[in-house]
Amino acid sequence: MTTLSLFSGPPPAAGAESFRDHTQRLGHRPRGDRALIDTLDRSGLVGRGGASFPVGVKWRSVQSRSRGAAVVIANGAEGEPLSRKDRTLMALRPHLVIDGALLAADAVRASRTLLYIGEAHGAAAAAISRALAERPPAELARLTLLGAPPSYVAGEETAAVNFVNSGVAAPLATPPRPFERGVDGRPTLVQNVESLAHAALIARYGDAWFQSLGRHHAAGTILLTVSGAVAKPGVIEVASGCSVDEVLALAGGVSGKARAVLLGGYFGGWIRADQAGSMVLDPSGLRAAGGSLGCGVVSVLDETADPLDVSARILQHLANESAAQCGPCFFGLRSLSAATTRIAARQADNGDLPQLHRWTAMVKGRGACRHPDGAVAFLQSALNVFEPEFVAAAGARGRRAS
Amino acid sequence: MAQTELWIDRTKCDGSRLCAELFPERISLDDWGYPIIAPGPIPGSLMPHAQKAVDSCPVLALALRRVERRPPPPPAAKPS
Ligand SMILES: Cc1cc2nc3c(=O)[nH]c(=O)nc-3n(C[C@H](O)[C@H](O)[C@H](O)COP(=O)(O)O)c2cc1C
Ligand code: SF4
Ligand code: SF4
Repeated sequence: MTTLSLFSGPPPAAGAESFRDHTQRLGHRPRGDRALIDTLDRSGLVGRGGASFPVGVKWRSVQSRSRGAAVVIANGAEGEPLSRKDRTLMALRPHLVIDGALLAADAVRASRTLLYIGEAHGAAAAAISRALAERPPAELARLTLLGAPPSYVAGEETAAVNFVNSGVAAPLATPPRPFERGVDGRPTLVQNVESLAHAALIARYGDAWFQSLGRHHAAGTILLTVSGAVAKPGVIEVASGCSVDEVLALAGGVSGKARAVLLGGYFGGWIRADQAGSMVLDPSGLRAAGGSLGCGVVSVLDETADPLDVSARILQHLANESAAQCGPCFFGLRSLSAATTRIAARQADNGDLPQLHRWTAMVKGRGACRHPDGAVAFLQSALNVFEPEFVAAAGARGRRAS
Repeated sequence: MAQTELWIDRTKCDGSRLCAELFPERISLDDWGYPIIAPGPIPGSLMPHAQKAVDSCPVLALALRRVERRPPPPPAAKPS
């Protein structure tokens, strides 16, 4: 069963909720202060942009450095090709996102608040822009709408900061991290728009309420984008702690026969279909177990699709989306992608499969940002889950030739 | 305790390989000619080589950084 929190209220067909309806349904935005940060800690809310980092901890790290001059960036870049949840949230509940951004700005004592929204997400940007016009002038004056370029890395936190500072959405070397020195050298909170929308509700209803939404000790709800071989692909809201099987049922069930599920998107990992069903979707639980829910992508690979071909295409996309600043990322991902593509085409050289394993280890941790780490984590999962297919395909040319 | 580590700005490094020649004890090269820096603090005995590598990098991509070794932060509080 769906659990609605962000999407409670008018149905999706009604479009963006107006400021009047929003305020009537949820009341006015409460105070954003240090007590709210404590509440966020207790709520168990973790970031929904990919890294599942505890939101309260992040707000405090900015608040403690702020001196009233911090900056907040609401991250609605959503560059992940399989994700739709951020743009859907912004299109349907723009005022929750704006409330969350203002609460964050109050709590960390920010003097600037930027709404960084993928310029390719037209409906979302339009809804936010209309929502801003409905806000009182005093709030409007605090908020700046900013279009994020349509690249995969534009949503990375230092790329967002760099874009605001210099107009270039390419990641920066760290340290300093944005919470230390970001926009104009000030402590900067970069927070995913879904994370902010949850915070806007936690501020109203409290941590115990948020906890009670989840199941099996997981907290809150999660937005997921379900795609691939399901009857009804799309964005859904579910209770944290529900299983992949329940999610697939909500998406109308698997059409055909599933071979594997990609959890977390291009930075996520494959899970064999027979193991995926019982998996529990709990962002902090998965993080603690060394996995990741990433940005909430659940994509089903059909038995008839070639997993090597699909994996090679994803890796190629990630290689092309390297910001080409760091050698190991640019050349490493290019080499990995080329070898994977040769294997998928059954045109591999003898050395290609061993090279994939070697390069995967070689590239990890050697970019300025985590783009190459996400790419090799994805490839590693493909090598694990589709090992027999990789081995057979890597030897295919040799066998044909002999 | 404060320790010194080698830090690299990957966005600046253009793979000129000089550092690996000057500080082979800690820097090797990957398959594409970019430096692989062995993790961990630099002992005093190796500091002259480390400093030479830092000073010779043509794009100022290398730095020696003092890092405080703090115990890892406690995991986020999560009532259950
Ligand atoms: C290559 C790359 C791309 C990213 N793209 C996005 C994005 O489009 N949207 C987003 O919210 N976070 C993105 N992130 C994560 C951000 O760096 C950052 O962790 C996040 O916005 C923090 O918000 P959260 O803690 O609420 O998740 C990306 C990270 C990487 C490494
Ligand atoms: S690691 Fe890759 S994506 Fe990240 S800054 Fe370097 S080149 Fe760009
Ligand atoms: S000397 Fe500088 S530019 Fe050359 S490889 Fe080393 S870090 Fe890179």
